[in-house]
Amino acid sequence: MAVDTPAPQTGDRAGGDSALRDQGGALRDGAGQADIHARQIAGLDALELGTRRRTGLAVRVWAGLWPVASAVAIVLAAWQAVVLAGWWPEYVFAGPGTTLAELGRRLGEAEFYQAVAVTMRRAVVGFALAIATGLVVGALVSRIRPLRRAVGSLITGLQTMPSIAWFPLAILLFGLTESAITFVVVLGAAPSVANGLIAGVDYTPPLLLRAGHMLGLRRLSLYRHVILPASLPSFLAGLKQGWAFAWRSLMAGELLVIIANRPSLGEQLHFARELADSAGLLATMIVILVVGIGVDLLFGAADTALRRRWGLHQVTT
Amino acid sequence: MTAPLTASHATPAAGRETAIRLDGVSKMYGQGAAGLLALDGVSLDVAPGEFVCLLGASGCGKSTLLSLVAGLDRPTAGRIDAETGRVAMMFQEPALFPWLTVSANVEMALRARKGGEGSGKPARAERRARAAEFLEIVHLGAFGAKRPHELSGGMRQRVALARALAQDADVLLMDEPFGALDAMTRDLLHDELERIWRERNLSVLFVTHNVREAVRLGDRVVLLSSRPGRVVQDFPVELERPRRTDSAEVAGQAAAITDRLRQEVLRHGR
Repeated sequence: MAVDTPAPQTGDRAGGDSALRDQGGALRDGAGQADIHARQIAGLDALELGTRRRTGLAVRVWAGLWPVASAVAIVLAAWQAVVLAGWWPEYVFAGPGTTLAELGRRLGEAEFYQAVAVTMRRAVVGFALAIATGLVVGALVSRIRPLRRAVGSLITGLQTMPSIAWFPLAILLFGLTESAITFVVVLGAAPSVANGLIAGVDYTPPLLLRAGHMLGLRRLSLYRHVILPASLPSFLAGLKQGWAFAWRSLMAGELLVIIANRPSLGEQLHFARELADSAGLLATMIVILVVGIGVDLLFGAADTALRRRWGLHQVTT
Repeated sequence: MTAPLTASHATPAAGRETAIRLDGVSKMYGQGAAGLLALDGVSLDVAPGEFVCLLGASGCGKSTLLSLVAGLDRPTAGRIDAETGRVAMMFQEPALFPWLTVSANVEMALRARKGGEGSGKPARAERRARAAEFLEIVHLGAFGAKRPHELSGGMRQRVALARALAQDADVLLMDEPFGALDAMTRDLLHDELERIWRERNLSVLFVTHNVREAVRLGDRVVLLSSRPGRVVQDFPVELERPRRTDSAEVAGQAAAITDRLRQEVLRHGR
């Protein structure tokens, strides 16, 4: 190895012990061998860090956009092809042209935004309650062992239960009300949120727990400073899945529980079918799909940001 | 060779003769015939300001021993006295919290610190300043705002060292902390550790399976047998500091210890 190792640093060490104990300042002033040593370390650090290139914004946007744009184009083409094949008459299965025109018309109407607002408010309220419930249940179950044995598998069981199966009971209990919808949305989403948190707590790396323990963190402080942050990625995955369940439950609910004078996306879907308004029905479905994907993308972005911060994410291109 | 004793050795910490004392410590995993005896009656003293290396082949219970001293686990029999001083530990992995910046990782040690005499828990701004000082000690003052994953392995271990120092411990336990590093980085970190150990008058219990590393660093090298772990021999290392891993003196003493270690391993070959 062709690197000079510094000669014995006796000057600094034997003589200036008390001065050195005054950490920080004394060290930086300590010229000569100690300085060479520090510079050697700095050189090694610089070599090991390397440089990372970041691509421009335009390139990244384009790289993200073109696969999506192509996929949409392919779907539209397939849809048009099915319509052209003439298996169904146009008034039963509208083509993309008619549907998109209908969607454009609706985007100009106040009623559409009212419906979206009602649906989104239900989604947000239901999902927020589901998160709160999931957090409390998840925290309790992950902390208390007998509770884990009692209800751990029940939570997973609830997750597999189709939310639409809850509606008859919900309607019996709450009637055709907002509460019935919220009830089912919460039941649909909360198990995923709770499971995400439980999995995160379970998979907290034991090494980090030991490190936290060595630092003097115990019980609640260990929970707050180590276990909760460590379970964040898993919790986020639970949120993402919970949102998917919440959105599905909500659509099922809005189809079944129709409240007078309260337009919603599900209700629009229901009436479009009653009135055999194929273009309107498909237009509403597109809106439901877009909202669902949009929120999912938000969670995806949060997940990516988290992974990048933690270094779990390998930066490609 | 008579090494001049350093100032740290000449002034033992007030009122204490040992920093760590193990007295007939045994550790059994499992029960009865199926149980595994990891440590069998290990007695060991580490004087204040002393650097002791624990050496042994695989399965000698080195890491178990450290866990016991650290209080992460309890011995089946015997006594461990280390409570008099504060104990910090470094692992083979840096074990930094990936969700915190480098500085915040060090600050966590200050925040979590059990309030000793007059130390208390420093306020946030003060914690940040103190963390910067500790990072400066390991030559990472410029990297406080980085995240652990942005640093190299050697740099992360230095952050872990800074975090351990920030605990204001008298006793530093190290479980093969440089095992995963390349030789060049390891050499530099040996120098760093030696410097910090002297400046701060630490008592160090350093576990390794690398004989030269043990001779390079230790005032004493304690050889453990495998399955169960027992103290086989205690080698004083009286070479002048600073030593170099590739020097003839270190190699010579390491060879003698390696021979003894081989005999120990051969016992298991039969």
